[in-house]
Amino acid sequence: MSERELVIVGGGPAGMAAALSAYEHGVRDILLLERDQYLGGILNQCIHAGFGLNYFKESLTGPEYALRFARRITDIKGIDVSLKSFAVRLTPDKTLTYLKPGRVEKVKAKALIMATGCREKTREMVHIAGTRPAGIFSAGLAQKLINIEGLLPGKEAVILGSGDIGLIMARRFILEGARVKGVVEIREQSRGLTRNVVQCLDDFDIPLYLRHKISRVRGRDRVEAVDVARVDDRIEQVPGSEFTLECDTLLVSVGLIPENELIEMAGVPLDKKTNSPLSEGLNETSIPGLFVCGNAFKVYDLADSVSTDSLEAGRMAAVYLRQKGEGR
Amino acid sequence: MKAYDVIIIGAGVTGAAIARELSRYKLRIAVLEKEEEYAFGVSKSNSGIIHPGTQNSHCSLKGRLCVQGNRLVRKIARELGVDFKQTGELIVAFNGEETGRLRELKREAEMLGVPGLRILNKRRLVEKEPNLSPEAVAALYAPTAGIISPYRLVYDLCENALKNGVEIHTGCAVKAVGTAGGEFSVLTAKGEFRSRFLVNAAGLFADDVAAMCGINDFRITPRKGEEFILDKKLENISRHLLFPLPNKISKGVLVIKTADGNPMIGPTAQDAADKEDLGTSDAGLKEALDGARRLVPSIDEKDIIAYFAGLRPAAGDDFIIRREEKVPGLVTVAGIQSPGLTAAPAAALMVRGLLRDCGLVLKKKLFFRPRQSEIPHLFSLTFKAAERLVKKDPSYGDIVCRCEMVSAKEVRDAVKRGACTMDGIKFRTRAQAGRCHGSFCTARIMRILAQERKLPLTGVSKRGKGSELVKKDRADV
Ligand SMILES: Cc1cc2nc3c(=O)[nH]c(=O)nc-3n(C[C@H](O)[C@H](O)[C@H](O)COP(=O)(O)OP(=O)(O)OC[C@H]3O[C@@H](n4cnc5c(N)ncnc54)[C@H](O)[C@@H]3O)c2cc1C
Repeated sequence: MSERELVIVGGGPAGMAAALSAYEHGVRDILLLERDQYLGGILNQCIHAGFGLNYFKESLTGPEYALRFARRITDIKGIDVSLKSFAVRLTPDKTLTYLKPGRVEKVKAKALIMATGCREKTREMVHIAGTRPAGIFSAGLAQKLINIEGLLPGKEAVILGSGDIGLIMARRFILEGARVKGVVEIREQSRGLTRNVVQCLDDFDIPLYLRHKISRVRGRDRVEAVDVARVDDRIEQVPGSEFTLECDTLLVSVGLIPENELIEMAGVPLDKKTNSPLSEGLNETSIPGLFVCGNAFKVYDLADSVSTDSLEAGRMAAVYLRQKGEGR
Repeated sequence: MKAYDVIIIGAGVTGAAIARELSRYKLRIAVLEKEEEYAFGVSKSNSGIIHPGTQNSHCSLKGRLCVQGNRLVRKIARELGVDFKQTGELIVAFNGEETGRLRELKREAEMLGVPGLRILNKRRLVEKEPNLSPEAVAALYAPTAGIISPYRLVYDLCENALKNGVEIHTGCAVKAVGTAGGEFSVLTAKGEFRSRFLVNAAGLFADDVAAMCGINDFRITPRKGEEFILDKKLENISRHLLFPLPNKISKGVLVIKTADGNPMIGPTAQDAADKEDLGTSDAGLKEALDGARRLVPSIDEKDIIAYFAGLRPAAGDDFIIRREEKVPGLVTVAGIQSPGLTAAPAAALMVRGLLRDCGLVLKKKLFFRPRQSEIPHLFSLTFKAAERLVKKDPSYGDIVCRCEMVSAKEVRDAVKRGACTMDGIKFRTRAQAGRCHGSFCTARIMRILAQERKLPLTGVSKRGKGSELVKKDRADV
């Protein structure tokens, strides 16, 4: 088992900003773990523009935005980046176990920042009646299949949920030559940024069905159609309002959940509803010296805000380490 | 054309148990399965309970085979390295009249030979199950109830049968059966197979297969059961399997646990539209929730993380296991609804006997290999053991599925052991079955499957032809 001043789990925008800021605030022994083979996290599959408008005052793609941080990280000697490193266990004394191809490592951290991002809610978490054929994807998986793997999931899609990922994927499908039959949203307003509703739906004449739900999935082996129904103020289906949209693909984009299973394992209480750590202030948890930042702390709209708040996490870890050092 | 002593139609738990049992003898055996993989029929979507036999009439065949199967499955699970957990079950009564019915159930079950039954009073019940509804007044306790992973049991039975010389042909739907000249000629999607003896273990389609052989005296009516799986965080919500008192058509909505530790509520019971109608419904969700909350009031809709439906292949009230006088050499194993998973090992012994009565000569092999080595799962190992494994084979340290911690090595091994679809990998390894339901790992698993099976990525399917995941690969154009 090795010992480190600061260990950061997650090499997305949150983890990278935290690492840079901790270094700037004087921490010189930093281990940054990333399970993928590159830094950047989910930004690497977000090839659309619009990142950095606040932070860098210019419009960048996801990978470009990530690269600005990644370059600086690799230039700094005091930040040790370990890729293909998968954290599997965390104990309350901040001992972390992680796997690398060929190795199981244990490291005890004086301070720890978890920047593990979030996952998408799935079809399974909101009951959608009907069959369970191929062709149902979370929007993020569809994005990865198209942008990273070069695979087109389907030719005619319906999208459930009008959050930003859903909207961006609507446009992405069109640009790939597929059709989008509609975006179905149970609320009375889109959940996404106005600019995305305009640029991703309106510009391509994609219908947005507000106050509607998918009442049934049809198709045995592959999605063949979905039934859509209007809902009333109590989110109950309005009888007789059903109509069918033929499609071969259903993208589900119904929200994000912070990934906090490791800190939960270490005994940090989480909010049952949001899966965020119960916390006194930004980036804090119930364990001193254990911080959470970025989408793992709470779901942000913009990567720019993740970066800003995560810089603060790096600073907080540095202060914690300094105080701990003085206390001894 | 190939010739065998015995052909078994259907690689569900029934066919698999029969194949493995017969593989002890010097016989040429083939199993013909229409799906791409074994266990893709009824045997993949059920409650996974090894029933003690408490809910069956003492003169029913299924009751007898259930009690015997409950005993036999333990040894089989040990030999094959499948996890069987004896949890015990409580059949809960909510008033005095129901308590009276518990006594009847107990008497009936004791006549069947179910061991260890006890009636618990309210005080003992609260001790045993703190989350149980305060309305509960008593329960019948059956200690021999347990849980098992139904598909893993089938996989291991099949793999062990293969090891002992059985052939299993998947993607091999039986289309017609000829019975001329004292020999069966079985026509399939993959050509003709011949045999002297034929076992019909075709689950929901056993009536169709029977009709191909000229037997038309039973019909299978599919009865749907919807089940809803809850978050593993609630693992301790109950210690035993919890049952209400059974009604006429089903055991009612239960609060149980999967072999992986997730609580599960269901199954519902409705007649299904057809044999392929595997959809869930809002009504089913409500029925399951209402039924489960009667037992454990704290269960919430928000706790649901997955759901599915299964179809019970009912042919009247009981199993039909018999040799067909009209068609010498044919054994029917039909109407295998619940508790068919539990009964399978006992049904296999019964079928062996019926085949012998038909004239099949059973000579034991000198070497029957009953064991399958247990498949190591990184997550369930100690730190030291995991370290050793990862050192020995680095690809154990290459995690593919983050939610269930499944490595590239485990996925590759599953493919080598026979998985050829995404669902097959999921059932064998749990990869894609966790919290994110494959959002993060699907792409990687598709690549591994394509590589190992030498498929194009557009050929990777969820559960066989027609269920391909993607439509186009840019690399192809
Ligand atoms: C919701 C539900 C819950 C249940 N819970 C339990 C439980 O907790 N405990 C318990 O003991 N039992 C339970 N059961 C019952 C149990 O699942 C079944 O009894 C058992 O799985 C039946 O196995 P089988 O092999 O007979 O059928 P199947 O698994 O359906 O196997 C038959 C196979 O035959 C194949 N086939 C069909 N036609 C052809 C053809 N023409 N050519 C080639 N192959 C063909 C099919 O593809 C299939 O793979 C439950 C059932 C349901 C639906």
